[in-house]
Amino acid sequence: MSSPQAKALYERLKREAEAAGYYLNPDVDFVLDLMEGLLTNEERYGYWACPCRLADGEREKDLDIICPCDYRDPDLGEYGACYCALYVSEEIARGEKQAEPVPERRGGAPLAEKEDHEEELVGFTRSGLPVWRCKVCGYLCARPKPPLKCPICKADRDRFERFA
Amino acid sequence: MKKVMLYALSTCGWCKKTRAFLDDNDVEYDYVYVDLLKGYEREQAIETVRKWNPKGSFPTVIVDEQHVIVGYKPEQLEEALGI
Repeated sequence: MSSPQAKALYERLKREAEAAGYYLNPDVDFVLDLMEGLLTNEERYGYWACPCRLADGEREKDLDIICPCDYRDPDLGEYGACYCALYVSEEIARGEKQAEPVPERRGGAPLAEKEDHEEELVGFTRSGLPVWRCKVCGYLCARPKPPLKCPICKADRDRFERFA
Repeated sequence: MKKVMLYALSTCGWCKKTRAFLDDNDVEYDYVYVDLLKGYEREQAIETVRKWNPKGSFPTVIVDEQHVIVGYKPEQLEEALGI
């Protein structure tokens, strides 16, 4: 049985995810277990360390794995799920596909350099990241690839264009 | 009887699925929740996991000190366990 706190956190994250163009795993029991994990880690470390990774306990060393982690969006794009499978693609959220375990991306090449946007260096921002523009609402973001859904207007990734 | 060791985290969903799979298949196994260990024990456990799985991720299952299964992979577990 999950605690009322876990259920409340689930409701909150589901609402926030949907408002920003993300989806939680449709397997509610699985997600409630992850909510318990997040709450445990909040109590243990003071922040939402990823429940599926071993946290150091020192915030500076765990910054990249504070949920939602730095690897969520690249993993969603490549595997249709984050490392924990808390966040999933629209396809998986609809039950058209199953979430599969995602290989650990942490500790690999730096995120900004790993993606394949080396075609031209003109217009790159100082962060080394390209800027993407949602053609539907004009939302701008600097990241290796555009989001799967525009957090503002929920347009799909393919509606984004390279802006800078 | 195969010797099965599961390195897991007490907070992780895939680790829980792995335990459920082993339980459902009546596999005898030892397990340790590395996030609950402290000090030397924790260092030792992390070192062992990394030896088999350089990423040091969980769950990591070691069968007979020979096979390693990283992540929740029922098919690989079945093969390594002969079930």
